[in-house]
Amino acid sequence: MKSNHTETESPAVTELPGRHVSLNEALIFEQSASGKRGMEIPPLDVPSVDAAAELGSGFARGPIEGFPEVSEIEVVRHFTRLSTWNYGIDTGMYPLGSCTMKYNPRVNEFVARLDGLSTEHPQQPADVSQGCLRILFDLQKCLLAITGMDAATLQPAAGAQGELAGLLMIRAYLASQGDPRKKVLIPDSAHGTNPASVVVAGYEVQNIRSNARGQIDADHLREFATEDVAALMVTNPSTLGVFEERIAEIAAILHEHGALLYMDGANMNALAGVTRPGDFGVDVMHLNLHKTFSTPHGGGGPGAGPVLVKKFLEAFLPTPVVVQKEGGRFALDHIRPKSIGRVRAYCGNFGVLLRALAYTLAYGPGIRQATEDAVTNANYVRKNLEGHFDLPYNLPSMHEVVFSDARQRKHGVNTMDIAKRLIDYGFHAYTTAFPLIVPGAMMIEPTESESKQECDRFIEAMRSIAREAETNPDIVKTAPHSTRVGRLDEVAAARKPVLRWKP
Amino acid sequence: MRYLPKSPSERREMLEAIGTASAEELFQSIPEKFRLRDPLPLPGPLSEAEIIQYFQARAAENARGYTSFLGAGVYQHLRSVTADALLQRGEFLTSYTPYQAEICQGTLTAIFEFQTLMCQLTGQDVANASMYDGSTALTEAVLMAARLTGRRRVLVARSVHPEYRQVLATYAKNLGLEIGEIGYAKSGDIARPSLTKEKLADVAALVVQSPNFFGVLEDWPALADAAHGAGALLVGCIAEAVSLGIVHPPAEADIVAMEGQSFGIAPSYGGPFLGVVATRDKFVRQMPGRLAGQTTDAEGRRGFVLTLATREQHIRREKATSNICTNEALYALAATIHLCLLGKEGLHEMAQQNLAKARFARAELEKIPGVRCFFSGPSFNEFVLEFPRSVKLINAALLQEKIVGPYPLGTHYPELTKRGLVCVTETTPRAEIERLAAAIRRILETPL
Repeated sequence: MKSNHTETESPAVTELPGRHVSLNEALIFEQSASGKRGMEIPPLDVPSVDAAAELGSGFARGPIEGFPEVSEIEVVRHFTRLSTWNYGIDTGMYPLGSCTMKYNPRVNEFVARLDGLSTEHPQQPADVSQGCLRILFDLQKCLLAITGMDAATLQPAAGAQGELAGLLMIRAYLASQGDPRKKVLIPDSAHGTNPASVVVAGYEVQNIRSNARGQIDADHLREFATEDVAALMVTNPSTLGVFEERIAEIAAILHEHGALLYMDGANMNALAGVTRPGDFGVDVMHLNLHKTFSTPHGGGGPGAGPVLVKKFLEAFLPTPVVVQKEGGRFALDHIRPKSIGRVRAYCGNFGVLLRALAYTLAYGPGIRQATEDAVTNANYVRKNLEGHFDLPYNLPSMHEVVFSDARQRKHGVNTMDIAKRLIDYGFHAYTTAFPLIVPGAMMIEPTESESKQECDRFIEAMRSIAREAETNPDIVKTAPHSTRVGRLDEVAAARKPVLRWKP
Repeated sequence: MRYLPKSPSERREMLEAIGTASAEELFQSIPEKFRLRDPLPLPGPLSEAEIIQYFQARAAENARGYTSFLGAGVYQHLRSVTADALLQRGEFLTSYTPYQAEICQGTLTAIFEFQTLMCQLTGQDVANASMYDGSTALTEAVLMAARLTGRRRVLVARSVHPEYRQVLATYAKNLGLEIGEIGYAKSGDIARPSLTKEKLADVAALVVQSPNFFGVLEDWPALADAAHGAGALLVGCIAEAVSLGIVHPPAEADIVAMEGQSFGIAPSYGGPFLGVVATRDKFVRQMPGRLAGQTTDAEGRRGFVLTLATREQHIRREKATSNICTNEALYALAATIHLCLLGKEGLHEMAQQNLAKARFARAELEKIPGVRCFFSGPSFNEFVLEFPRSVKLINAALLQEKIVGPYPLGTHYPELTKRGLVCVTETTPRAEIERLAAAIRRILETPL
């Protein structure tokens, strides 16, 4: 790190519209110097004590060697500079398929920080928690209306934990009927958390193949829906962005054999206000509030994964359950003998739940417009890119479209190269290599947050990369050219892991 | 609608370009009978000002303006507006999981710093990029121990946070893990004489929390000896992370599960918080969750990537070490910024103040006739008091004085009715401690 300013030399970049200054920055530990600090604590207003005498010398610990010692301005500069090395929705379009990277409203951040909400302790008596409990109750009501289900838990901390909670409820229900059964069916197009959650729930995974249309083959399903099967986990719309047209029939087949239909609601952004899973046969589902309901991803979390169920599963919800008592008071009901128990301490990620309610209140019934715009954007992008990229499944798209790199591969350019080159054009990459049923998948989800102009810019960038793949494939294969670092050596990182700084 | 960037004519233009007459047509793949005809019965739409009004009204229905003496796993510590301002930079707040490393170096560098800080705090070699919270971190640590040892029995101290134990029980039930409990001694720490070789035979993990749920410190070296003597792993749990500023870390444990909420994260009625799993180098490939690692690009420039992903669900599917995907990255960043601000001296001083305030509070409260400290073991910022009447009754009276009183232990420990867990941190003013003592004295002087 010689100079403080990074200059990117690639000539290809100078033709592109935007560049910004990117300042170098050492790790915080490398800036530390003895005696500095960035935060002061009000003076102690009680007599001080000797830790060694109070705790015993075996327990007492001095200041931690190697811990950072930096001033406030250094911390501000450090993290501000790091932030400029990132790309967020606030920066530009983030077409990551299946991730629903939509605008995160700022008012949600404001209300989550209000005194009286952010300050509240989860164990304080219900008498002085009525506001928090009502927020949870109101959100439950909204989510039930949107999904058409009967009862909810907001406790799971993320989608994967919601999957687990849902599967445990299925298990507890089937066990109460006499047999928890052994297997859960999962289509080959499913996200990796589905099979991983099945195993944590104590079930075996039975993978089922998609048909030529990328959909669950209802006839094929009949063969698999044996008395051993507890449930089918389906993502609808599927990870191809396509609605499972025979979903009601699929539900009927399962129900005939005493199995349940679980819906992964990761793609609910295609359905809110248009159709309700509760109406087409779903027994259990989870939502990802950090997708459809706009809570910020924050570089990987937090999320929230509420689970919604039909009436017959209500008794199995995790404890506690938020209830409204006679007279309108809210309370936490802990005494539920059939419950699967807790999946997380307290009431879940309250701060995330609160933001999701703020989002829902902002739209009200108008949430349908957001869904329509999301689906419009995906279809508009599809229509404008169809002639340039291979579309392996020519089916009606909902909120996302999956192309493949088949045409570009002839020139030695793959989906990852195209994704990396998109970065040079000022966009975040789309989702690469997923779903697994599409070799060289390019999964694009624009969301409703993109204007026509932003969609047009994206389309133009993709077309330009398609041309480059033919005329100058190397520039695509070595992209990105405009970032602080080039492609990083992931093999070396895994072979000899360096997972922490050392002096 | 202010979040939607399209004019009516742009919508029409786009639909025309697609070749559809209306938005309704876009949903034709959904069978007609399942398509909604009427708008959903949802409250709203609300403007920004109305949203703020709704939430301010809710805040007014809570304990705003009350002084709380609750800890029990969630702690009121100083937070910095500087940290919060940095956290709200859109490039951090609105970015995804850093899979595209070239445009996520900010998040990845911060995770690497976070992992380093967690190692320094816990005395372990390697820490992951976060878990949901302390309760799930502990559960994942136990599952990891079961994988490492190939054993199915787990011994858990009853003085581990009751809700953490409930979460563990939920997960363990269907995985064939058998959970046994170990009681506590008169001093409040784990009943060490009951940790016999026989009891520990075939045990995957001995699970102990320190400071434990009663606020009492546990002796990590002695517990590690007991566990290792029987071929078991020691899983160390930390619910009050500020204690690590002054208390010996669980360096002797094999796996550490921690709740990091104390590092600048608001109580927020229970979440989002910050789970951490840390362990020894040799166990890293059985760890759950994401890890950031250092590497270089083709020019030799230092950079960071998510690494060892072959443990994770998106690669390994049903063979993954955990089903976790989304974690608590933003709060890992919050803790990182907070700890950088606080620094080496600041963390130690904060911990020192907690100790001093708790000692002062305990002495003040013990002066009340009929009130005594229940456990004799060394503690950090929480302690158990025995009262001459029900804690819930005392608390109901305290609420009238805008005080949220001690945590009633009888809820989870039937043998500990009339015992309450008091927490005092650096944020509790001396005057409020004195007000609590005076209020309890008055309440107990009033006949039932």
